[in-house]
Amino acid sequence: MTAGNSVSIPPDADLTEALQNAIHAALADQRPLEILGSGSKRFLGRESSGQRLDIGGHRGIVTYEPSELVMTARSGTPLAEIESLLGRHGQMLAFEPPHFGPGATLGGTVACNLAGPRRPYAGATRDFVLGTRVINGKGEILRFGGEVMKNVAGYDISRLMAGAMGTLGLLLEVSLKVLPAPRVEATLAFERDEPQALVDMNRCAGRPLPVSAAAWCAGVMYVRLSGSETGVAAACAELGGDEMLPDTALAFWDALKEQRLAAFSGEGVLWRLSLPPATGSLPLDAESVIDWGGAQRWLRTDEDAERVRWVAGEAGGHAVAFKDGDRQGSVFHPMGGVLMQLHRRVKDALDPHGLFNPGRMYAGL
Amino acid sequence: MSCPLPEIRVTSTVGKTEEELSRRRAELAARLGKQLPAGTLLTHEDELRPFECDALSAYRRQPLMVAMPRTVAEVQAVLRTCHDMAVPVVARGAGTGLSGGALPLEQGVLLNLSRMDQVLEVDVPNRLARVQPGVRNLHISERVAQHGLYYAPDPSSQIACSIGGNVAENAGGVHCLKYGLTVHNVASVEVVTIDGQHVRLGGPALDAPGYDLLALIHGSEGLLAVIVEVTVRLLPKPVYAQVAVAAFARVDAAGDAVASIIASGVLPAGLEMMDRGCIEAVNGFLDVGYPDCAGLVLCELDGTQAEVSSQIEAVSGILRDAGAVEVTVSRSEEERLRLWSGRKAAFPAVGRLAPDYYCMDGTIPRRHLARVLNEIKALSEHYRLSVVNVFHAGDGNMHPLILYDANREGELQRAEKLGGEILEACVAAGGTITGEHGVGIEKIDQMCVQFSPTELQQFHDLKAAFDPSGLLNPGKAVPTLARCAEFGAMHVHGGRLPFPDLERF
Repeated sequence: MTAGNSVSIPPDADLTEALQNAIHAALADQRPLEILGSGSKRFLGRESSGQRLDIGGHRGIVTYEPSELVMTARSGTPLAEIESLLGRHGQMLAFEPPHFGPGATLGGTVACNLAGPRRPYAGATRDFVLGTRVINGKGEILRFGGEVMKNVAGYDISRLMAGAMGTLGLLLEVSLKVLPAPRVEATLAFERDEPQALVDMNRCAGRPLPVSAAAWCAGVMYVRLSGSETGVAAACAELGGDEMLPDTALAFWDALKEQRLAAFSGEGVLWRLSLPPATGSLPLDAESVIDWGGAQRWLRTDEDAERVRWVAGEAGGHAVAFKDGDRQGSVFHPMGGVLMQLHRRVKDALDPHGLFNPGRMYAGL
Repeated sequence: MSCPLPEIRVTSTVGKTEEELSRRRAELAARLGKQLPAGTLLTHEDELRPFECDALSAYRRQPLMVAMPRTVAEVQAVLRTCHDMAVPVVARGAGTGLSGGALPLEQGVLLNLSRMDQVLEVDVPNRLARVQPGVRNLHISERVAQHGLYYAPDPSSQIACSIGGNVAENAGGVHCLKYGLTVHNVASVEVVTIDGQHVRLGGPALDAPGYDLLALIHGSEGLLAVIVEVTVRLLPKPVYAQVAVAAFARVDAAGDAVASIIASGVLPAGLEMMDRGCIEAVNGFLDVGYPDCAGLVLCELDGTQAEVSSQIEAVSGILRDAGAVEVTVSRSEEERLRLWSGRKAAFPAVGRLAPDYYCMDGTIPRRHLARVLNEIKALSEHYRLSVVNVFHAGDGNMHPLILYDANREGELQRAEKLGGEILEACVAAGGTITGEHGVGIEKIDQMCVQFSPTELQQFHDLKAAFDPSGLLNPGKAVPTLARCAEFGAMHVHGGRLPFPDLERF
């Protein structure tokens, strides 16, 4: 492992039993829990009232078979450790997850289902989840899915865990499909206004080109191509634009993914709008940073939450008050009655006593 | 031919006399008849016969009646009425399913969705197609071809199977390794719950608020809700594809070659394998001229011409290094299609070897291929039935085909036993009993091997969240704990058998 000089890495440990005991104890006392990895994404979602249950010590890569494109790790395993191991074998997590902190864990990443610039072209976290071992709200250890890519035995409870913000169960282990890392990548920059960039990014995505990311920020459209040397070279020649220096390009995509671009800071609420990618410029008072080829837009604004949600909803998408919003109120997009009722019943089926992260996603879930 | 069917108890009919059942049937027909247009409800025995089975024809049962709605409102009317009268409902698309998922119930309504077959909208800028559930898989790609787009998942029945069924089964195909399963290529579905509520899961953006109920619906085999609309994602059609076909003298060498290709960082669009029995069947069926060998690997690459041309050379080299005795690379589109034609005709070719065959669908970690193939061979000898193997090698999905003759006393039963043991061998190797065909009625006993009682109970609880009265496709996909106790199977956890050293057949 590539440990930093001053960082001491705790040893791999299987804390399944301790975690199960903690859950049984919480059940006995009827005391809800807040499941926490490193806390790097603790800012996301509504405020949760439960008692902290740290899973950070439950860590370690359980199996990794490069030729099977599958990796299984305990939920507390740092993402950085996983990515570094995969990198040494020329592979990657193709959903390019944001870390939002040095200690980001696999469990938190899956629970939040966040994905980076490659998402529209490769898939989201949920698309790569093959199997999970979980503890449900009754304290039972259950295993769903597995380490194979095709598996339709039983309901896909593993994928359901992705993006559930820890409200349906405690993740013990996750098996992920991994992919070969591209041999070469090139990023092209184009001067574009926002409406034209949206048109161009979607035209690009509709053509058989090895596009792996498309973003727009402050008058510049960025298109990343990934693949073999000849494939990328041919696509670059076809698209034109200015090829960025590799290091500059790498830094740009990383800053976009980790929200270090200037546009992410400032006043107001940081909103995430998830939209059909070809949606035009938004009638809101702040400029967006566009990722996911138009499907994900970030903006800081003081505009009324209702209005931001209305704009997203009108376009067929939804809005999340990602950072610095009212964490007592609605963070995620409100859902209709039938859908909310289904959510409550699904929550009851997996966590009947409301033990895990109560209210983190929606009040009452 | 027929099999002893597992009994499915529908609480509403238990203890009812013939007379009561007949009165119920008349009442149901009258109530549905009032709400549905003429010709939408089939009740005569002759009309019902075509629906007595899906593509798993060994299991047959005549439904109480068949409803063939054309609109969401008609689906809602059927479900509300059935809910009201506690009548079970089995949804069916094109009836191409291989696990008996659409097998009717004698006291239930078969809800046939094949008349809902319209493409409602093609959204080219967002690369989406909104279609009704009865639209055929291949038809979507045909409709959007003019825009240079296509719908990627291509189950082998794609000419006939419908998209609603694809979602219900989470159908795969030969291009899953690179392009994913149905669940990776669907943006949203609209469903009707058993009490007639209409709700959309997912949406035209890349994600939706709340739990991923869209993922949960995929592969739920009609037990949670009825799918009435599907919005699929479309991809740009790759401009160029080439296939390399390699012959190996040993099956395990072929398996190693597959592993080497993946480890090299290439992501093939298709990666298939056939064993000797299958190659012989294909060569006897059509003039494809596959080399006579123990294992054949087909590796297809797609993308831009520049990309494919450079990679196909690399792949050919890997195949040769892995011990291939012969490697052929397609040099034209005609040749590519010809080289694939043998693989695509594998099932009909095998169909000529025996009056019947039984297709299994286990998936294993690829590194255990040689071991599982050996176990299959031993089982085949033990049960005195031939087995030939086709294999989606890229993703570990095996399709052992068990050859039998249903007209010979006891052969079907032997074939089923052999099939069951093959699936148990897959679970023991860390795999699963079904990769893409679904559990249905066929593999319901093997679910007891793959899952523990608490896991099965969790499935039942989740089912109840959507369908508290248990009226949607009861008796399929998830066995009751009582059934597992009767079946007496050992739950094999995490690939560890209780006594790994004991020989098992």
